[in-house]
This record gives sequence, structure tokens and C-alpha cells, in this order.
Amino acid sequence: MKTIKLIPTLGRRFALSAALAVTISGTTFQTKAADEQFFPLQSYRVGPYAAGGTGFFGGFIDYLNLINIRDGGVNGVKLTWAEGETQYEVERGVEVYERLKNHPGIAAWNPLSVGIAYAMIDRITQDKTPLITINHGRTDSTDGRVFPYVFPLLLNPYSETSAIINYIGTKLGGLDQLKGKKLVVLYHGSPYGKETIPIYELLAQKYGFTVQQIEVPHPGNEQESQWLTIRRAKPEYVVLRGWGVMNPVAIKTAQKVGFPADHIVGNVWSNSEEDVTPAGEAAKGYVAITTQASGAQYPVLQEIVKTVYGAGKGNLEDKNRIGSVYHNLGIVNGILNVEAVRTAQEKFGHRTLTGDEVRWGFEHLKLDPARVEALGAKDLFHSINVTWDNHEGDGYVTFQRWDGKKWNVVSDWIAPDWALLRPIIEKSATAYATEHNIQLRTAAEAERVDTKPYVANK
Amino acid sequence: MNASASRFPRWLSPVALLAVAYGVLPLVGSSYLFEAILTPFLALSLAAVGLNLLTGYAGQVSLGSAAFMAVGAFAAYNFNLRVHGLPLLASLVLAGLVATALGVVFGLPSLRLRGFYLAVSTLAAQFFVEWALTKFSWFSNNNPSGVIDAPSLRIFGFSFDSSIGRYLFALTIVVVLTGLAQRLVDTQTGHNFIAVRDNELAAKVIGVPVLRTKLLAFAISSFIIGVAGALWAFAYLRTVEPAGFNLDRSFQIVFIIIIGGLASIRGAFFGAALLAVFPLILSRVGSYLLGDRFDSGVLDMSQRLVLGSLIIFFLIAEPDGLVALWDRLKRRLLPMPNNP
Amino acid sequence: MPDFDPLFFAEVLVGGLLAGVMYSLVAIGFVLIYKTSRVLNFAQGSMVLLAALTFVSLLERGVPFWASLLLALAAMVLLGLAIERTVLRPLVNKPPITLFMATLGLSYVIEGVAQLVWGTQVHGLDLGIDDKPFEVGGILISKFDLVAAGIAAAMVALLTGFFRYTRIGLAFRAAADDQFAAFAVGLRLTRIWATAWVAAGVVALVAGLLWGARLGVQFSLSFVVLKALPVLVLGGFDSIIGAIVGGLIIGAGEKLSEVYIGPFFGGGIESWFAYVIALVFLLVRPAGLFGQQLVESA
Repeated sequence: MKTIKLIPTLGRRFALSAALAVTISGTTFQTKAADEQFFPLQSYRVGPYAAGGTGFFGGFIDYLNLINIRDGGVNGVKLTWAEGETQYEVERGVEVYERLKNHPGIAAWNPLSVGIAYAMIDRITQDKTPLITINHGRTDSTDGRVFPYVFPLLLNPYSETSAIINYIGTKLGGLDQLKGKKLVVLYHGSPYGKETIPIYELLAQKYGFTVQQIEVPHPGNEQESQWLTIRRAKPEYVVLRGWGVMNPVAIKTAQKVGFPADHIVGNVWSNSEEDVTPAGEAAKGYVAITTQASGAQYPVLQEIVKTVYGAGKGNLEDKNRIGSVYHNLGIVNGILNVEAVRTAQEKFGHRTLTGDEVRWGFEHLKLDPARVEALGAKDLFHSINVTWDNHEGDGYVTFQRWDGKKWNVVSDWIAPDWALLRPIIEKSATAYATEHNIQLRTAAEAERVDTKPYVANK
Repeated sequence: MNASASRFPRWLSPVALLAVAYGVLPLVGSSYLFEAILTPFLALSLAAVGLNLLTGYAGQVSLGSAAFMAVGAFAAYNFNLRVHGLPLLASLVLAGLVATALGVVFGLPSLRLRGFYLAVSTLAAQFFVEWALTKFSWFSNNNPSGVIDAPSLRIFGFSFDSSIGRYLFALTIVVVLTGLAQRLVDTQTGHNFIAVRDNELAAKVIGVPVLRTKLLAFAISSFIIGVAGALWAFAYLRTVEPAGFNLDRSFQIVFIIIIGGLASIRGAFFGAALLAVFPLILSRVGSYLLGDRFDSGVLDMSQRLVLGSLIIFFLIAEPDGLVALWDRLKRRLLPMPNNP
Repeated sequence: MPDFDPLFFAEVLVGGLLAGVMYSLVAIGFVLIYKTSRVLNFAQGSMVLLAALTFVSLLERGVPFWASLLLALAAMVLLGLAIERTVLRPLVNKPPITLFMATLGLSYVIEGVAQLVWGTQVHGLDLGIDDKPFEVGGILISKFDLVAAGIAAAMVALLTGFFRYTRIGLAFRAAADDQFAAFAVGLRLTRIWATAWVAAGVVALVAGLLWGARLGVQFSLSFVVLKALPVLVLGGFDSIIGAIVGGLIIGAGEKLSEVYIGPFFGGGIESWFAYVIALVFLLVRPAGLFGQQLVESA
């Protein structure tokens, strides 16, 4: 790394010793600064979504702790973090961003909130720091040509829709069996809820089924009329696209009108223990999609229990929640973030990385099932394959059924119909690019990386 | 209102404040100060000024101010987007006018209803607007997520897109509208507002056009609140979704005018300062004192508790708000030359 | 649009009426306090949350059902007394809007305390009432809703009787009518207010249990207050009968409109329709159906 210039003999000795001195001091200085990679956390541990937040951020922090304690960091680079409470509110997320953005060595932002993510897109693009929106976010941010710094890892809303339809197809005995059947999508009355309406229409046209979209106004405490309408429509399946309290109320109201729980399929934000427990008996048999399986039996979970909780550094207050859906999502998110850093370090060196370097790392994040197994996460999640223009990474999903006490996996790993969805995503992304005067990135440009630490301008 | 004479001329403190705001702060302030504290403070203060005109001066209780902020924000966005070549300031004014129109419509019940009943009917505005903005994707340009991105701020060719730029943009608009509001209060219309608030029957008897006054109050206040909403979206958050203008926000603005001081333009600023800055201070102090032993959740719940207690405390101890507190403090520290 | 199906209509209607009863449960708490001190207690929602959280947290820690109930009751009693002492007494004679603001602040305080003490997790609440539906003449009826309706009816009967036929009830009404006169006659106002708040706390506990069983006990439970407000507006702030009738009208109106009118708007109109119904009624009867006409203050 340090090249000693060849200079005429007279000054060479001097130059050599000087260079040595500089190198030593430089290394010492560098060792101090190179020690840490920082993860700012816009977390939420209170408010209506506290259950999800405490689980997810708990899992993320647990995994970071595991890497620090067990491995001494990533190739010697210690992982650090700081939390700022957002209560899931956008302006608090922005405030936390403003407060933490000048911290040296930021690897990536992980807000787990659609609203906050949207508010950050312009800001982090300017900062050249990646924004990770695992399992959610802007669908068109999958297109890395337009959104170089946004990563809806594993699953974007369109893929989720496609995967759910594929699952229902398998339950009916084949996708061709969907023809003539009726589906209802019960969605949360918010932009998140409405996001997938066009895709359901598209898939309905493709496979010949009819779909009815029914809205539940936020927060979803009352769903009598919606479920009576569903009862009247007699659909084959109901897809629950819920959030927060809407989920248990939906399940309970379904029981009230006599709609069977095992014909309700929940989406990625209706799939956790906190969503079904308040519904009690009514939730038995309910099925939901997930990108990470539940349970604490996976090797990486076992290690976390032993190493992190054993040392008293576990983040979850209630140890019964170890292995829950949100906790495991946090752990998977941790794995993805850490492996991206590791990938980038292989290219740029075992030191504190700049945001742009971590971005490169994410864009070359390839974890095949073998690597996933080596990480101790076999059966926890399947694989990921992020490229410069596909920021989702082709994540696989599985489905779990609630038996009253825990989730049990009831399907193989299913792939969404990426080929069908990509053209639509590209169309939406290019429209955004045109509206905001963004030039489409090329592969060559994606390889250009800013290795100078970004200094936020005042 | 501050009726006591002061040894200093009345225009001194506003001018001094403006000098600091325009001259000193941009030189010494950090981007965090502008982005996270001052710009939201300005937007909230303006909304509070608007609401104060309606509730503090004219006595019409409204719990739906956030809805009008939302209308202002979305209207400004749509005007800016759809009418090519429309200058940004014109979009803001038009947005304010849209909010005015809606304000008059939802102000009509005030002709029949009073007190709590009126307050509850303003909630109808709150929920209806939230629903309409989410339901009809035209408002958010058919964006699948329903979240709008604010346009860049260019006026007369100058770009206001940096954190200082956005702060100055918001500051100027707030100064202008506040000045106008202050003038309004001193005119006949302003006096009509107070008359209607204090005793509607008597006002009618002495010839105050009560119906017109009430609707005018709704109209003017909605205009100001609408512009405040546009500022909130354009200068501060840079992105807007309808859920950001929910009932909590409406309550926040009501708290601001109560704590700051009803029927006082200055009060809006005092109240907004407390409510915007206090949570941040508390969380820093809290994490300093309690550190990692308690997570951010506990800190946050404590914040709620303290804020609620503060509100109750102010209502009990100083019902005329921070403004009255401030005036009393001033009188104590700077005794009048003629008073002992 | 599918053909009009009278059976389905009846189903939606019945469902709506029963839902309305649940709203009334919360509204009654408001009425109790308004009837005696002319205060619109916005903190009623957070009282519901606190009551439910206390009960369910005790239950989860192994305290038996009836003991948990009694302890939660005791907590609400203490809360009522504390509120009267610390918030109401200092604010005596202040305009109603000030008191309303104080209850807003109070709701923040109670929410903060409830979640600081008991945590922010979601809890399921099983009251032992199965919610499997049964059919009556082709219409689906929920067992849970019927039980809730029964409890609400019992409570209404009790409270109406209390206010009309007992001395304390009369004292309550006197205090609401004219504080000074009541004081002059020798009624202990502070005791009356304290009793009213305690009663509201008890009502909050009942509402909290039933709503908690329905929704799960968590933060958004306090949002039920937003559904109760149109009920109060419609029925009159100071009438218990009004709370029931208002609840029935709002509940039925809301559900029927969502099912039959909603599709024209794309659905989701429930969030504001109740308020619109209330508003329309108000324009005809500005004091609500059963409320006392407000006398113009001099």
C-alpha cells in the first residue's frame, strides 16, 4: 500500500527513515480509526409498532454483538452502533439522521420504516451511503440504475405478491387451477397497503382469477363490515396485507363471521407472533409468508444465545422472543449488512470503509445456500444475489402456519416470478428518473467507488 | 397582550430577533441546528399563528389543523408539478387559497355549533382529509406509495436547496405572514374576532357581523396553516405522506398555542420552541443521566409523561401561557422607571 | 352491484348495532364525568388502556382472575382520586376548554405511566367468551358481542337508576347544573367529582376488558376514544341514554355505509363517516339528541 519512492541516493536514507516514521505513525493512527464500522439505528421501541421494532433491532444488535465477541469484528474492524428513537415517525427519523450523519465510518442506514426510508432517499444519495429497506420500501428502488444507494433486500412488495399467488397456486394443485377462482385482498388503508393493487390486477389477468381489494381504514380496530362483505363474496383465499393492530383484529373478525383461518394468507408485515397472539384461538391455522423461518434451533441463533446472551449482552428483554419472526429478521439483516461489509473489505482492505465502498459491497453481495450454511443460517433464509442493477437480490420465501404456540414451516422455498415483474419495475423507475432528471447508471459507473470519506457539508 | 409600556421602543426586540435570525445564525449554526430544530420550529410556529387567530382570538376551537397543513402541502406540490412555469411562491399562495376554501367549508358548522361540538366537527375535517389524500392517488401523482417528494426550491433563479437556504426560505415566509397576522389583530377585523369570542350575543347586538367574522377567521387561519404545511413539506421533511398530518399533529399545534399563550402571536413562537426543542433536550439529558441502563423506549415514554405533566402544570400555574410568564419575568428584571 | 339481499342487510345491521354498543361502553365513561363536572375527559381512552394493561399484566404474572380484576379496579379508583386532587381541584372555575386541554395532557401522562410500568408489548386477553358465531334465522350473530351488549345494558340500567333515584345521583346532577348553587346548598363538590372519576375509571376497566379481548391489549386501544366522540356528539354529552342510542346509530350507520356506500368511494370511508353522521345530526339538533340545550352564557 505504501510505496517508497526511489530517489537519488543522497536523500534516500533520510527519505527511508522519514517514510518509516510516517508509516508507523500513519499505521498507528489508522489502526485507531480503522477499528470501527458504524451502524446508525433509527429504531422504534415505543409506539404502536414497538413489538416489531424491539424484535428487529434487538436481533440486529444481537448479531453485531456476536460478530464483535466471537470474531473480534469483521477482519478486526469492530462494529459499533447508536440508537435514536423514532416511534416510527418520519420527522423523528429525519432528526436522528441529522444527528448521526456526521459520525465517521457509517456503513449503512437500516430504518425498517417506509416513511422514514422515503424521506431519506435524497439525503443518503447525496451522502453516498446505502439505505437498506429489507422486505419493504419502494418497489422501484430494486432498479439499481436509478437508485444506486437504496436496497430493498430480499423481497420487494411486488415479489411478495407474486410469491403469495404462487403459494396459493400450489395449495390449489397448480397455478392453472387459479382460473375462475376468487381472491380478496384485505389491505391497510395507507400507501403501503395500496402499493400492490396493480400487481394483483396483473396476476389476475395472467392466471384468470378475480381479485377484490377491500380497504381497512387505519388503524384497523373495526373490520366488521369488511369481513361481512368477504363472507358474502365467498372467496377461495383472503390475503391479509395488514400492519399493527389490524392483523389480530382481522383474524378475530374472520372467526366472528366464520371464515376459516387456514384460508387467510398473511403478507410479510402480518407474519409475526405479535400479530397472532392477541387473536388467541382464532389464529390457529393461519398461514403467513416469510423470508426467514422462525425458531431458535439454527446454528447462528444457538451461537447468539451462547455467546451474546451468555455474556449478558443480549438485547431482547424477554428471552422467549429469541427466534421470533422479527428477531430473526433482525439477525438476517445483520448477516446481510455484515457480509456486505466483508465483501467490500476483500476489495478495499480490512479497514473502516466509506459509504460508497459499502454500497459496492452490497452490490456484490452473493450468498448462495452453501455460504448461508457456513454462516450457520441454513433453513433460516435461503440465499441472496444482489447485483448493481438488481438491488433486491432475488430472495426466496417460505410460508409458516401458526399452531397456537409457534410458527411451523409448511412449504418449500418459493421463488417469485421475477421475470414478470422486472419490466414493470423498470418502467416505474425510469419514470421516476425522468421526473427527477436522473441519468440511468451503467455497470461501469457502478464500479466506480468513492474511497474518500464523505464530509457532510455544513 | 402586552399592554405595559416599556422603556425600549416596541420595534426593538423584533428587529433584534430578525438580525440574529438572518445575520448571526447562518454564520454560526450547524446543519443539524437548521435541519432538525429551526426549520421545523418555523413551520410549526406559523401553523400555530394561524390556529391562534382562529382559536385564541376568534374563539373557534379547531382540532383539525393538521388536515389543513396537509392540504397546503399537497396543493403546493400539485400546483408546482402540474402548472409548468409556475413560480414556487405562486404555488405556495395558491396552496394557501385552496386551504382557505376548504377552511371555509369546514368552518360552516361554526355558524350553528359551539365549544366541544365545534371541536368534534373539526375532527371530521381531520379524518376526511386524511382519507381523501390517501384514497385518491391523483393527489400524489399516482405514486404507488402515496408519498410525495418535495421539489427543489428555486426563486428568481436562486437555489435555496441547502440547509441554510431552506431555513432562510422558511424564515422569510414566516416573518412576512406573522407580520401580516400581527397587523390583522390590530385592525377592526381583529377586534371583531375578540368580540365574537368573548360574547357572541353581545357582539351581534352591537353590530359585529358574526357570521362573516367567523368565516373570515376560518379563512385566514386556514390560509396561514396551509402555507405552514407547505413549508413543513418543502423546507423541512422534503417528503410527505398523509399519515404525517395526523391527529397527533393537530393536537401538537393545539398544545403549542395553549402553552405559548392563547390570543398572542408571540405565544405561537414560544410554544413551538418549547414543543419542538424540549423532546430533543429531554432525550439528551435522559440518556446522559440514565445512559444505557434504559433503552430509548423508556426514555420516550418518560418524555410523554413529562410533556403531559408540563401541559397540566402550565394550565394550572400559568394559564395565559409562556408569554405571560415571559412578560412577568421581564417586568421583574427590568423595572419600569416610574414604578417602585 | 349485487342484488339487494335483505338477509345480508340484516346481518350488517345487527353487526353494526352490536359494534355500536361497544362504542357506547367507552362513551358512558365520558358522560359520567361530563354530567358531573362539565369536563370532556379526553383521557378516557388512556384510562381504558391503563385499566386493560394493569389487568392483563397481573394476569400474566400469575395473579388469579378475580384478584387481578379487583387490583385493577383498585388502581382505577386510586387514579380517579389522584386526578381529582392534582388536576381538577387546581383548575376549578376555569373555562371548559382549559379543562379539556388538561385532560389531553392527562392522557399523555397516563399513557406514559401505563407503558413505563407495564411495558409496550402486545398482550392477548382471553375472557373465556368464545367468539364463534351462531346463526339466528340465517343471520350471523357473535356471542361475544351479545355478552358485551348485555354488560352494557346492565351498566346503563344501573347508572340511570343511580342518577335518577338515589340522593348521590341527584347531587351529581346538581353539581353539573350549577356548581355555585350546589356548593351553596352544601354539597361536597370535591367528593362528587372524585366519585365521578372513580366511576369513570370503573367503566374504563369494563370497556378495557371487552375491547382488549377484541383487539388485544396494546397502545392503539386508546384510539377507541376517537370512535366514542361522534357517539357523544350525537347522543349529547351528558346523557347516558344518549350514549347508547348514539352508539347504536353510529355503529349501524357506519357499517351500513361502509358496505353499501363505501364501494362508490373505493372503500375505507368508515374513518370519517361517523363524524359526518354526527355533524349532520348536529346541524339539526346542536346539543345532540338527548343533551341539554346549552344556555347562552352571559
